[in-house]
Amino acid sequence: MTTQTEDRMWSVIADPSRRRVLDLLVTNGEASAWSLASHVTFSRQAVSKHLVVLEEAAFIKRRKQGREVLYQVEPDRLHQATRAMTELAAVWDRRLDAIKRLAEAAHAEAKNQATITRESK
Amino acid sequence: MSGLKIEREILIEAPVDAVWRTITEPEQITLWFADRVDLVAKPGAHGSMYFGDQGGPVVVEIVDPPTHFTFRWNHPADEEPTARNSMLVEFTLTPEGDERTRLRVTESGHESRDWPDAEKQRYTEEHQGGWTSHLERLAGVLAQRSR
Repeated sequence: MTTQTEDRMWSVIADPSRRRVLDLLVTNGEASAWSLASHVTFSRQAVSKHLVVLEEAAFIKRRKQGREVLYQVEPDRLHQATRAMTELAAVWDRRLDAIKRLAEAAHAEAKNQATITRESK
Repeated sequence: MSGLKIEREILIEAPVDAVWRTITEPEQITLWFADRVDLVAKPGAHGSMYFGDQGGPVVVEIVDPPTHFTFRWNHPADEEPTARNSMLVEFTLTPEGDERTRLRVTESGHESRDWPDAEKQRYTEEHQGGWTSHLERLAGVLAQRSR
């Protein structure tokens, strides 16, 4: 079960163009919307929208330098997202282990029953 | 396409029918999944699963014994589940001989809307491994840089 916050987090970074923006910020360190737009195939308006969403979800932060607004990644938030992902995978590993134990136990029991039935005949 | 996706699998020393019963019978499901399960393994059946006081509605999608079982959950209680508002859990069972079964599970969902085709294309080409690995790679780059 994911929480509402995680749901939001997933939908924010599931978008490939948004991750492309995140990619560029990770690679370049810090960048303006203008310079980011020169690296992508989508419009500057689209870049601005992605930056707003990423900032709202705390994946990036902004600072002003003169007349320019510069963006950079919040590493903690990105790590948090990666951790949550790893945890969900671990939860499924535990569930699969439990299914394995249950199915194997049920199968062993069925085989025992079959043997007993055969022997009592 | 895409959104969150988790894929795991395990090899079980039991016939496919035994594994099928374990993943589809409600009293069995309570042993490996949720505490309280109200679910019938029939396509379109609405049920619920609870973990303590957490949980919510579940809607069964595919029931194709003994190899394919899927349901959606994690959607708002007052909405029908879709690819955008819910998570799809998909079980695939593959017999490997008479007494061995490979069980594979994927959990996926929260797909984005309105992707331009060019983006979808690029995404498919660049992120075959899914965005989990992409995210891990990004986090790795960041970690190296901050050293």
